[in-house]
Amino acid sequence: MIAFLLSQTIAITGGTVFPVSGPKIENATVLIRDGKIAAVGPTVAIPSDASRIDARGKWVTPGLIDGGGQLGLTEIGAVTSTNEGAFHGNDVAASFNVAEGINPASNLVPVTRVEGITTALAAPAGGLILGQAVIIDLDGPTIEAMLVKSPAAMVINLSEGAKGAGGGSRAGVAARLRRVLNDALEYSRRKTDYTRAQMQALAAPGADLEALLPVLRGELPVVVMANRRSDIETAVRITREYKLKLILAGAQEGWMVAPAIAAAGVPVLVQPLDNIPSYDALGVRYENAAALARAGVKVVLLETDSHNSRNLRQQAGNAVSYGMTWDQALRAVTLTPAEVFGVADRYGSLEVGKVANVVVWSGDPFEFGTSVERVLIRGRDIPLRSRQTELLDRYRTLPPKY
Amino acid sequence: MTRFCVITLLSAACATAGATSTQTPPPTPAQAKVAPETTSVDRPQYPSTYRRHPNPAVLIRNATIMTAAGREIPSGSILLQDGKIVAMGTTVTAPADAVVVDGTGKYVTPGLIDTHSHLGVYSAPGTFAESDGNEATTPVTAEVWAEHSFWPQDPQIPLAIAGGITTIQALPGSANLIGGRSAVLKLIPARTVQEMKFPGAPYGLKMACGENPKRVYGGRPGGPSTRMGNLAGYRAAFSEAENYRQRWDKWNRDHQGEPPQRNLRNETLTEVLRGKIYVQNHCYRADEMVQMLDLAREFGFRIRSFHHAVEAYKIADYLARAGTAVSIWADWWGFKEEAMDGIHENAALVEQAGARAVIHSDSPSGIQRLNQEAAKAMYAGQRAGIPITRDQALRWITANPAWVLGLDSLVGTLEPGKLADVVVWSGDPFSVYAKAVQVYNDGWLVYDRYDPARQPHTDFELWQVPTPGSDR
Repeated sequence: MIAFLLSQTIAITGGTVFPVSGPKIENATVLIRDGKIAAVGPTVAIPSDASRIDARGKWVTPGLIDGGGQLGLTEIGAVTSTNEGAFHGNDVAASFNVAEGINPASNLVPVTRVEGITTALAAPAGGLILGQAVIIDLDGPTIEAMLVKSPAAMVINLSEGAKGAGGGSRAGVAARLRRVLNDALEYSRRKTDYTRAQMQALAAPGADLEALLPVLRGELPVVVMANRRSDIETAVRITREYKLKLILAGAQEGWMVAPAIAAAGVPVLVQPLDNIPSYDALGVRYENAAALARAGVKVVLLETDSHNSRNLRQQAGNAVSYGMTWDQALRAVTLTPAEVFGVADRYGSLEVGKVANVVVWSGDPFEFGTSVERVLIRGRDIPLRSRQTELLDRYRTLPPKY
Repeated sequence: MTRFCVITLLSAACATAGATSTQTPPPTPAQAKVAPETTSVDRPQYPSTYRRHPNPAVLIRNATIMTAAGREIPSGSILLQDGKIVAMGTTVTAPADAVVVDGTGKYVTPGLIDTHSHLGVYSAPGTFAESDGNEATTPVTAEVWAEHSFWPQDPQIPLAIAGGITTIQALPGSANLIGGRSAVLKLIPARTVQEMKFPGAPYGLKMACGENPKRVYGGRPGGPSTRMGNLAGYRAAFSEAENYRQRWDKWNRDHQGEPPQRNLRNETLTEVLRGKIYVQNHCYRADEMVQMLDLAREFGFRIRSFHHAVEAYKIADYLARAGTAVSIWADWWGFKEEAMDGIHENAALVEQAGARAVIHSDSPSGIQRLNQEAAKAMYAGQRAGIPITRDQALRWITANPAWVLGLDSLVGTLEPGKLADVVVWSGDPFSVYAKAVQVYNDGWLVYDRYDPARQPHTDFELWQVPTPGSDR
């Protein structure tokens, strides 16, 4: 904080800069002023009051964005009292916005950001309509300070996991979703009747139907979890019927219908290292991300284990191993998620005017041997410390230093 | 607690007294001539039927050979013949009929070994029907054997082979204090688990500390519901086994009267007490691991490896003194309270203290990239200023797990005389971009990434698991 107050202009100089919005620039400067990117290029005039970060020999990229986890919403997986991401007992929880469940003091936040992940989707879990996901920066003392966009998307589950909400059948799940969407439309047409209690019982409480209206207007995208090919097709079918703005998540058998997904203009959130067959998706395989990208689908890469969101780098590297181009993979963890979640005007690339979430790496961000040298979030030079570095320091030599 | 101590002390005293008194009455010659009728104890116990697959000799040429035995040979060659590594070096002469593999740009390592897998006992597709890893009906089930659950058609097996794995320990789960015997297996396509059983490998015994047994049994009569209940449970089981062992030792010596009644639970625990079965102990917290070392001392056995051991780095000095290895992850943490203090540098700190580190998977996904997990742990150590070499990091997934499984004289390094369990990688296995391109198990090319004829598939996959280009 002190560094931020004293020096509001930072110049990252001499690095190989990957703006993502354009080709890489050798020996370039990223100039940051008041938390925003002020200039990017090989010939940037550096103000005399700027503090400098020497990035010669280093790689400079936008901060990575993980669209897959529950950062801020979970602390200890098995300790339910520390988890905020699921609205239990209500499988149509459209009005459940996770924002106020976020814990800015979560241990996971520093652990994640020191590895170059600066921004994350915090998504709800459980049920048919899980609730509203938000986007946060991994820095800030308050929820308000962390929020980038709220809501960023409505989350719906059409995978095997949601069958309980549909009487144990995929057909029941689809029918129930249509009933809720129909009733939301009916509610919006007859709000006066609704308030006068002159309507028959609707499929969800008013607050949840109300929360679905921006979705039905196509203003708020829906993230639909679907893995089996037929579920993916159902997701496309239903969202087309209601003219919803669809983002597919999981999409483990997406490679089987990649051209159709591309033709529908639907972006897909994929975890590249998914490949264990289940009856939800027997066709799950490592090549999924690459096949979708090759077909022209906008692909976002995920790491869904919140405690290891930091392994988004490893996920991306493996996506490259299994056929994505390196440039596609970098885009899929920076600019593409920003576009898909509607924050590309502020996030996802190193362009003038964008929020200064910037990472300086010793080399290729996807390689294990690469270290994170600097992380800037909204222009703040983040200390590369976490509870884990404190544990290391305490036990580096035994007996420990108490 | 006191009561258990007293019983233990008394039975230890009895054992000593018994040993001295039995020297007097030798069996009469007449008695010795009568061969006792054989019982189940004397008959084969689910023996390995593994047979080495016949193969031509293979010469891998001009590759970087990472031996896991100290050296890395640039532009090296390695000759595999009759299931063994025959020669290695910069100049190797091969028989005329040897298959020659061009290793230019490639890396060769020993086959990877996972000390902690649930393949075959928690098989995909993961329904209740394949959930065969925890006999969670009572907290001590030393009598169950993982191999009796193991399903060779688990579709996760070929995925792990494609990750360069040649040997696994398939373990029972961690619901129980004592979960049962492990199966040490060669990871090859097979119809039966017997065909996969690693000949001569000692069994492991799965034990579990901490939260899992508490959680599973906390609400049931008899518990345990606490960590002290866990300890009391192990002690009760081993003190009973101690007594059982004494009865059998006496009978084996004297052959007087009827043999003791066979008890499968105590039979397994007796083999642990004799040092024939290796204890594989799921245990997260530092203080609990030291409690378990004391338990082992009380009953006179050794713990071969702690598993998961996310806090191993806090007691690395104890581990080094005890000669107990730790099978750990590179970075799992936080999924439960006893896993909160996991750090990236765990393996490096354990290594630095002179103890034996192993990177394990406990995951059908993680087992496919143990090399990547070892890379993360190695680089984290190096970044923290702990001088971990590439050879040491490779040993975390080869030689050290071989030791944990009691197979270090057979596998785990590339040295002449060792079994030809060998992986050829597309590049440096510590790079995220490297993939196993060839996997040899006992000299058998069981997987070749670029040969459609060398893609093992389980029965499960036929027809129902689609692949690109398959037409149906």
